Amino acid sequence: MSKEDKFSQDFSEFDSYQFGHYDKVKHIASTGKGISRDVVTKISELKNEPGWMTDIRLKAYEVFEKKPMPSWGPDLKEIKFEDFTYFIRSTEKESDQWDDMPKEILETFDKLGIPEAEKKFLAGASAQYESEAVYHKLNEELGREGVVFLTMDQAVKDEPDLVKKYFGSVIPASDNKFSALNTAVWSGGSFIYVPPGVEVSTPLQTYFRINEEEFGQFERTLIIADKGAKVVYNEGCSAPKWAKSSLHAAVVELVALEDSRIDYQTIQNWYKNIYNLVTKRAKAEKNATVTWLDINVGSRITIKYPSVMMMGEGARGEVQSIAFANEEQLQDSGAKMIHGAPNTTSVVTSKSISKGTGRSSYRGLIKVLKGAKNSSCRVECDALLINEESRTDTYPVMDIAEDETQIAHEASVSKVNEDQIFYLQSRGIPEIDAMKMVVNGFLEPMVKKLPLEYSVEFQRLVELELEGSVG
Amino acid sequence: MKDDYILNINNLKVSIDDKQVLQGIDLSVKKGEVHAIMGPNGSGKSTLAYSLMGHPSYELDSGDIELDSESIVDLEPHEKAQKGLFLAFQYPMEIPGLQMESFLRSAVSSIKGSEETKDVFDFHRKVLKEMRYLGIDESFADRYVNDGFSGGEKKRAEVLQMLLLQPKLAVMDETDSGLDIDAIKVVAKGVNRLKEKGMSILIITHYQRILDYIHPDRVSVLSGGKILKTAGPELAKELEKTGYKDFVPKKSSLDVKF
Repeated sequence: MSKEDKFSQDFSEFDSYQFGHYDKVKHIASTGKGISRDVVTKISELKNEPGWMTDIRLKAYEVFEKKPMPSWGPDLKEIKFEDFTYFIRSTEKESDQWDDMPKEILETFDKLGIPEAEKKFLAGASAQYESEAVYHKLNEELGREGVVFLTMDQAVKDEPDLVKKYFGSVIPASDNKFSALNTAVWSGGSFIYVPPGVEVSTPLQTYFRINEEEFGQFERTLIIADKGAKVVYNEGCSAPKWAKSSLHAAVVELVALEDSRIDYQTIQNWYKNIYNLVTKRAKAEKNATVTWLDINVGSRITIKYPSVMMMGEGARGEVQSIAFANEEQLQDSGAKMIHGAPNTTSVVTSKSISKGTGRSSYRGLIKVLKGAKNSSCRVECDALLINEESRTDTYPVMDIAEDETQIAHEASVSKVNEDQIFYLQSRGIPEIDAMKMVVNGFLEPMVKKLPLEYSVEFQRLVELELEGSVG
Repeated sequence: MKDDYILNINNLKVSIDDKQVLQGIDLSVKKGEVHAIMGPNGSGKSTLAYSLMGHPSYELDSGDIELDSESIVDLEPHEKAQKGLFLAFQYPMEIPGLQMESFLRSAVSSIKGSEETKDVFDFHRKVLKEMRYLGIDESFADRYVNDGFSGGEKKRAEVLQMLLLQPKLAVMDETDSGLDIDAIKVVAKGVNRLKEKGMSILIITHYQRILDYIHPDRVSVLSGGKILKTAGPELAKELEKTGYKDFVPKKSSLDVKF
């Protein structure tokens, strides 16, 4: 059976996923299946990288080989590293013109609404397809103000000093097996530098698309907000409905210098064949603020705990996490807050929904270092179960070495109540719509605080996920 | 004539958790009629209300229910509502996060068609007008459905829904329970307004009190899962004096279904 026939067969399966089509496009370059030292070197060569980056990669590869798989949390035994292709190039080079890419790829991004979103509400947009960006553009005015928005690949060449200084400074390769893997084979992702006092209030966005099956996407993102700077960054993603799995292991490092603010917003909507194992961490200096909005709807297994290390006095961290675990999905998400200086504040709000055999977990770490006086942290996690077999777990860990702190943790689990559904039905509302109303009601306190384009998109995704959940 | 009746219940038997609670109910409500069902606690009154609307926990063992000469036993609850059946709940459910007005808009457009709610501002004015009529504070339009409402506020909200949905038959399940006289008067004002427009009412109550404000044409006594007597409004007065002692079911009538 040809690859395309096999694909259409998988595709015909009933599924509410909207962006599961496959593009028949040829590869400009590929490292083929499997990972080795040679593959790592080859990726670096294909990118014409300076030697210092090749060295970083090779060192990280050694760490990756030695590190065991995570022993806690979701079972990752099914992941066979030799099955994936670690690098695919789809176009000769990135362009700031949408028309430069092959027609099939452009049609895909059109379907995803990316060019339209760029026109409407973005100050800069990047579109990554497989391993590299096929489109990348920053609003000219921001460029004149000194804002740097590049693909990470380009930043290695154009901004070597900043990359050398900050790459791996928040998440070292040795942090975990997947951060080591990413550091070895990373490709694509964004590099942003916002100069002192400059505010980028219109979001910059990168969209990540996987097209092939058994592929690995390893983007690397680094955002630096200099003193008093502000930036809002969005990311989204999707993939075709392949039967075989792909791996997405990103590393995202945020550096928020004194008095700056970074807002990082994600809607993760991978198809249910993707292992999404992502390390996201921010370092916040004096009086800086970092917020993560982390929405997980897709993927087979997601392991991701956006984190803020508040290392300067008065720093502030916030994580808003929303997860929807549908049939056979495992959303293991949460947050880590490290209070490393006095008067630091963090807030974690988590809402999760589990449907059918879906399972969502909240995993959180609150760590207050000795001397981080007057720090405060508030964690609130609510879980909603849709069916009898749905499951949710909460794993909060607190490590408090300072006495003068205020920590609050609240958790709740509720189940969609048959009588609520009946009540709405008795008012003429069909069961499926009643279910959507109850679920949307559960999410409402959080959704109403989201940026408009996010709340609309998210509610639409939730409603799609709920189709077929009754009867 | 069959056409004269909005509701016809024939030999309705209903079980919950394998226990037969309704043991052959025969009951009819004429178009435009107010029919009161009275009975002691545990007689099956609320089961009757839930069974009419089709709550999934209540299993219909046998019998038929006709709304406006059409059997509705196989319909989903929302379809029954669309055909003009309304249940005012004894304990209205709270739906956190769902705004009252948004809920009302969905309900009205499901039952009366989307044309009714197409003009958002017009619908909003209509909701506020009915809220004022029932003495409900305007802020309730933005509040979550029944969430944190007092007992009386919930019952007024039920009548608000009734006024907006204009059903053919309203089943009122112990709407008077927990209400003071002023609240009962407000509820009755709303219900009587719809009655004048031709709505039929099946009013289920333990006490005669609400019947001073919503006058029944007929009164039936439900006890032990059966209708034991049907008469004119004088029966309600009589029950007020004598209580239900003449209608205590014989032990054997509380059958357990095997």
